[in-house]
Amino acid sequence: MLLNLIRKLAAASLLVFIASATASAQTLVFTAIPDEDETKLVERFKGIADYLSGELDVDVRYIPVKSYAAAISAFRNNQVQLAWFGGLSGVQARELVPGSEAIAQGVEDTAFYSHIIAHKSTGLDEMENLSDELRDKTFTFGSKGSTSGRLIPEYYIREAFGESPEDVFARVGFSGNHTRTLRLVEAGTYDVGAINFSVWDKEMENNNIDTDAVKVIWTTPSYPNYQWTIRGDVNERFGEGFSQRVQEALLAMDDPALLESFPRSGFIPVSNDAYDPIRVVGKQIGIID
Amino acid sequence: MLSYPTVRTSLIFTAIALVGLLFADIAITAANPWKDLGRFFLGVVTPDFFSTQGLATALLRTVAFAFVGVALGSVCGFLLALVYRAYPVRIFCAFIRAIHELFWALIFLQFFGFHPLTGVLAIAIPYSGIFAKVYSEILEEADPEPGRLLPPGTGVISAFLYARIPDCWVQIRTYTAYRLECGLRSSAILGFVGLPTLGFYLESAFSQGHYSDAGAMLILFYVLIATLPLWVKPKLLPVYILGAPFFLGDGMPIVWGNVTRFFTEDIVPSPLKNEEGWAGMGTWLGDVFVNQALPGIWNTVILTQIALVATGLIALLAFPLISTHFGGPIRRTSGHVFLVILRSTPEYILAYILLQLWGPSMLPAVVALALHNGGIIGHLIGRQSSSIALRPDAPTGLNRYTYELVPRVYRSFLAFLFYRWEIIMRETAILGILGIYTLGFYVDSAIQNIQFDKAMLLILITASLNIGVDILGRFIRRKLALQTMPTC
Repeated sequence: MLLNLIRKLAAASLLVFIASATASAQTLVFTAIPDEDETKLVERFKGIADYLSGELDVDVRYIPVKSYAAAISAFRNNQVQLAWFGGLSGVQARELVPGSEAIAQGVEDTAFYSHIIAHKSTGLDEMENLSDELRDKTFTFGSKGSTSGRLIPEYYIREAFGESPEDVFARVGFSGNHTRTLRLVEAGTYDVGAINFSVWDKEMENNNIDTDAVKVIWTTPSYPNYQWTIRGDVNERFGEGFSQRVQEALLAMDDPALLESFPRSGFIPVSNDAYDPIRVVGKQIGIID
Repeated sequence: MLSYPTVRTSLIFTAIALVGLLFADIAITAANPWKDLGRFFLGVVTPDFFSTQGLATALLRTVAFAFVGVALGSVCGFLLALVYRAYPVRIFCAFIRAIHELFWALIFLQFFGFHPLTGVLAIAIPYSGIFAKVYSEILEEADPEPGRLLPPGTGVISAFLYARIPDCWVQIRTYTAYRLECGLRSSAILGFVGLPTLGFYLESAFSQGHYSDAGAMLILFYVLIATLPLWVKPKLLPVYILGAPFFLGDGMPIVWGNVTRFFTEDIVPSPLKNEEGWAGMGTWLGDVFVNQALPGIWNTVILTQIALVATGLIALLAFPLISTHFGGPIRRTSGHVFLVILRSTPEYILAYILLQLWGPSMLPAVVALALHNGGIIGHLIGRQSSSIALRPDAPTGLNRYTYELVPRVYRSFLAFLFYRWEIIMRETAILGILGIYTLGFYVDSAIQNIQFDKAMLLILITASLNIGVDILGRFIRRKLALQTMPTC
């Protein structure tokens, strides 16, 4: 009886390996940092998967992940070959995968910026510079690995106060993504938060913001952000010139519905060097070793 | 009364928790916590079972990961139990069970990625450690008499199978079945880090405020656990175990080079990797200890101590709900349902829900830990209290509770509480991933920054802390001569 059971269990565990070794090798898999509500991401990237698969003649699959680090790890581990990264996650990923390249960014990503938003109960108004009025408020970033929701806002907070955010604010949290930052500040769970302008504008356009409860009080200077990054070894796997074909397909994307879902007005070529400022800031703050 | 060691111990621990409260960050920061809570309960009573695509698949995966993980864990645990006397084996088992399933999952995610093996091992490894310990205790307590009666020359294996196993078979089976329930909970929360189980969808539904979808998932999960005895039959078990691996999903293929890289590069402390020598190593270690480990340990310990006492209070308040000495059958049935819901909801999910509703502080974590663990202990001592025969003229109501029942169940109550001390601490650490500043917060931050060397060091520190509390808990239980059966 017992031996029998053991034998069955051993067989079962062996099957785990076999069952899992059958994934197709000729599928281009991509992911994206989870910077917004998941439903929106799935909708957006299903569309991209269909579009790319039509343009490239290979199966294209999108997998959703739960954190920025998971997106970077999947890219590094070659479980995805293409990714829609933020500035910081892109720098981190390309540093970990030699030969990988930033191939396209949104038109808006050349000069991206972040807003600092505040709940009405704080009485905070638009300010020229980050001022002491912010002290001892509660503050939420987006994800820990976010460029527009953490890195850049933290950089300017440190610059303005000469202290870490933990010392400036009464409480510092990480909401997880931009949509959630908006909801938390709107609900007053946090007094103040950092959000990227693109999510803010889109939600504003869709009338999803209670403008009586939350408003923008400060905006950062501009910096380079989101980009498509591809692994260097895709050409060996999918054929010579594949990386370039992906780039061309992304640049040629003109379906308004697809672009609107980002939202970007179009994609333009970019190189790794464009993100040097992000790397410098990341090193200063200690997020990049 | 102070002369009783159990009372003294209780008072000391209560005092520690009260002092802890002075340092703890307890607050409701949400502007409308009750409105959101109301919306959540509205969602639970108006569940929407059809809006989430893939919910059925997620449930299936949750069950599949639980079966494969627990099965693998029980086999490995059984083999380890046979050699459990060896000191290194004991240490090894204590170590692997001191690391939470979610931490294991976060580690495996770095090199196996979204492969089913990540989820299976995340459950199987810590469960092996727990199974090894409990199985070995069960085997040790088996009656030695049948073995002595065997004819001389009987082989060791035959003696083991025919004289030892039959005596403890029932206990082994009961415990393994019980562990399967725990496995379902573990499997569900693995979704929170990205595996395709229930937690994956629950997290999305909650974070977007789709409370009806979340309500539907929670209800399905409770039904799944409550009906466990109906669909898990010994005869069907081989079918489930053989079938389960086919329902884990494809995931992504494993690239073995990643495994080598993780162990030979990623987790090597960065000063050693960058050849900064031992001086650099000292700075690095100092930085991790002062800025991450110490604040993490401090918050973890404070939160654990408060949650431990809160758990005790909830358990003492909750056990009359199912005790036959109070109320009629209707009260007791609703009491049962209530306690089943409390103990079926993993702390992690409870804490996640409360954090969304009340805003970030230690409060949601304390309440979640106390409700879940208090539910478990309340259920156990409630059942035990029902077996106590009271005199026909025993007092009723509050007097029956305070003078008759509580003193009689108090020792086993303390035993369960100290048994769960280490479990509460393990969970407290992991709740950091949700944004409370316990050790898990710093582990998660290190992983988010792709600093696996730091993450591993912090996980090791967390494990040592758990082992320490486990030893202390056992010491106190021995001092007070408390006996208990294992819970999870």
